[in-house]
Amino acid sequence: MADAAHIPDEAETRARWGGFAFTAENLAKAQTYIARYPEGRQRSAVMPLLDLAQRQVGADTQTQGWLPVPVIEYVAAMLDMPFIRAYEVASFYTMYNLAPVGRFHVQVCGTTPCLLRGSDNVMAACANKGLVKGKTTPDGLFTLTEVECMGNCANAPMVQINDDNFEDLDYDSTTRILEALAAGESPKPGTQIPGRHTSEPEGGPTTLKAMVDANHDYRGEW
Amino acid sequence: MPKLTVDGIEVEVPQGATVLQACEAAGKEIPRFCYHERLSIAGNCRMCLVEVKPGPPKPQASCALPAMDNQEVRTNSDMVKKAREGVMEFMLINHPLDCPICDQGGECDLQDQSVAYGRGGSRYDENKRAVTEKYMGPIIKTAMTRCIHCTRCVRFAEEVAGTEQIGAVGRGENMQITSYLEKAVSSELSGNVIDLCPVGALTSRPYAYEARPWELKKTLGIDVMDAVGTNIRFDSRGREVLRVLPRVNDDVNEEWAHDKSRYAVDGLMRRRLDRPYVRTNGKLVEATWAQAFEAIAAVNAGSSVAAVAGDLLDCETMFAARELLAMMGSSLIEGRQTGLKYDVSSLAAVNFNSTLNGIETADAILLVGTNPRWEAPLVNTRIRKAIKHGAKIYAIGAEIDLTYKVAWLGNDMSLLGKLPDGVAEVFKGAERPALIMGGGALGVEGAMGAALVLVDTFNMVRDTEDGAWNGFNVLHMAASRMGGLMLGWAQPGGIADLVAAKPRLLFALGADEVDFSQFEGSFKVFIGHHGDKGAAAADVILPSAAYSEKNGTYVNAEGRVQMSDKAVFAPGDAREDWSILRALSEVLGHKLPFDTFGECRAAMRASVPALGVEGLASFEWAPPVLDATASGPVGYPIKDFYLTNAIARASSTMQRCSAELLHGEPILEAAE
Ligand code: SF4
Ligand code: FES
Repeated sequence: MADAAHIPDEAETRARWGGFAFTAENLAKAQTYIARYPEGRQRSAVMPLLDLAQRQVGADTQTQGWLPVPVIEYVAAMLDMPFIRAYEVASFYTMYNLAPVGRFHVQVCGTTPCLLRGSDNVMAACANKGLVKGKTTPDGLFTLTEVECMGNCANAPMVQINDDNFEDLDYDSTTRILEALAAGESPKPGTQIPGRHTSEPEGGPTTLKAMVDANHDYRGEW
Repeated sequence: MPKLTVDGIEVEVPQGATVLQACEAAGKEIPRFCYHERLSIAGNCRMCLVEVKPGPPKPQASCALPAMDNQEVRTNSDMVKKAREGVMEFMLINHPLDCPICDQGGECDLQDQSVAYGRGGSRYDENKRAVTEKYMGPIIKTAMTRCIHCTRCVRFAEEVAGTEQIGAVGRGENMQITSYLEKAVSSELSGNVIDLCPVGALTSRPYAYEARPWELKKTLGIDVMDAVGTNIRFDSRGREVLRVLPRVNDDVNEEWAHDKSRYAVDGLMRRRLDRPYVRTNGKLVEATWAQAFEAIAAVNAGSSVAAVAGDLLDCETMFAARELLAMMGSSLIEGRQTGLKYDVSSLAAVNFNSTLNGIETADAILLVGTNPRWEAPLVNTRIRKAIKHGAKIYAIGAEIDLTYKVAWLGNDMSLLGKLPDGVAEVFKGAERPALIMGGGALGVEGAMGAALVLVDTFNMVRDTEDGAWNGFNVLHMAASRMGGLMLGWAQPGGIADLVAAKPRLLFALGADEVDFSQFEGSFKVFIGHHGDKGAAAADVILPSAAYSEKNGTYVNAEGRVQMSDKAVFAPGDAREDWSILRALSEVLGHKLPFDTFGECRAAMRASVPALGVEGLASFEWAPPVLDATASGPVGYPIKDFYLTNAIARASSTMQRCSAELLHGEPILEAAE
């Protein structure tokens, strides 16, 4: 990847993260994840555990978290699996960060539906705020990544920031959200169109209108 | 047993067979990259597409499709042809066209199959992807841009070698095959991925740019690096063996060979003894054969003579030496160089009776003072297979990483007499219980007796539904051991008997592990091929041929008699061992009764008929009754897997493996 973020040097990460261990609270969570799988299949818990570890790293570093090699090894050892197997998983899914990210991980969808609905404007808003693809802003706040479909096409264009989706964006709303985040506020997640709730048709129902208030038997009209 | 037709040919295949196997049964060639008989099925290359009815109207990957009754398979239809062409075109999208500078050229599956099944051109004119080099150790040279992601190497590392260090990271176009953090793969079997890799992504580092396959003379041989008797092929050009590859033999090595078998051969060109030497005034001085023989004759040893055989010897050499000593009036011959003196009154009691193949079927195995991973890596893979079939493994000895889970009972041989209850239960209930004694355990007084008692307790020699089962196994480490024992190279007290006899003349036949200080007063004649410990202690050195330079008979740990052929000539003045002994015998006035190798071999076969029959020699199960009280810890005799014999110690590849993989020395950049 040309815009791949820089993964810190191994010796450096080992020195910093070699002693990583789950906090008591996370350990308890990890145990419940592991207990969900039958005896001998504990490896299946690798994904939730990696996520948990990434969140703990995030909490430690005041960022969205990432997975340094020693942390991946810690999880692998916990599940008694070879390191490479856990590393394969971590490198396969884009939700695991193999390099440090900022406090807000801004993932802009650039796939066709979003593109058609104006993801370029979202990108432009990000760029205008100093965000560069694959990089973290100097203040450590934002990391920008362009991603593929996040499954929110009915509310395109969208961006995922940390655990929240912001939908139905345009240049202004994106700017507003980024500014709010930078100011330490929590902007409202979900659709940004006033009056819209979730992914229902914009501006009221377009089909099955007769069903809005009461049940209606359409069969005679076919 | 499903019955199906392949291109109109009716075949019947075993239950669970795949369509690909059915096609092979019908004599049809199916191109493939990811499928390999000895690995799990991945089904990711799609090269094996065929048309199958009934089923969806599209080509199907035959390697992953179970064969079923009444299937109609077509391997030559237009659809199949087109599908293969399409897959091949995709495969080549990201594969560089660098065949002229690729070491795989001439033995490349991709090259062959693209000629046979490709469409002869590509419609792709975008950029190809490039992948950074990955370091995989001193044995494997990588060019990962050539990788087609068949994952054979990944599956081999996981399933056969048991060292899960290779994996596929990233995804989609960014997927890359790599070793974990691009570190060397620490497996004794790593070289096998070079053979498995269907393209030139993983090639041999020591053999890089040495030769093209068609320039090489191929000779069938037997490996002497351990007692497994791996079936190998010497690839030589001129006087040099350039590489060694395993041959398929399901009973012995399947199709694997460990790194020492493969890559110790560069040691055949270094530190060689290529002319006779005679010690004059304390210094070894070059001499002629006649001078060397005279020096030996001048000892006037009479019958005060003894001989020690090294670990790499063929049976013919040991036979000729035995005969020479017999004619001189001595029977002091010994092959256990390091002083072992286990009882050899019954060869069955020192044999790997379950057979290499059979140990896979054991359901409970007790390892006694053995490190199979180093003493016989290919036995270790068999044990791994047994585990896959559900076997339980217990071990007595110091804890080490054997690549699988072992229940370590402790490092005390007295455990043999008092196995923990739970363990005894398992062996009592086992259908095919087995015990493997290693070289370490053989050195512990009473251990063999105690092990034989266990064999009785658990009834390890029994008749089962699938025939006779003998679960008592001794795992030797020397290629010459079983042959030597069959030829009588053992004294009741081991080498100590030779020492006690204070022979005037001592022959050391490739014996490099002997403590020669014990033979202070003897005139030592070293007949061998490498300037190692034996040569350093010798009074006369007679240069002989290494295993690649002579015909020979070898008997492996399970008592399998195998013949090896001569690939190249010995360097300089060196001669084949039997002919040295024959020439010397004349000077000593006891002329050996054979003039050619064939006669020597015939005489040997007349003396020990079992050595004339290729295959398993049968030893009658009549275990001796021995002292059965053993106690104390046991050590593993091999301290460094890569440097166990004179050839390996001379090999720069093996030295590098040892330094880097075992002693953690920093990576030496290859001079390229
Ligand atoms: S390196 Fe070779 S064996 Fe491994 S996945 Fe690539 S092509 Fe297959
Ligand atoms: S051989 Fe069948 S998919 Fe690769």
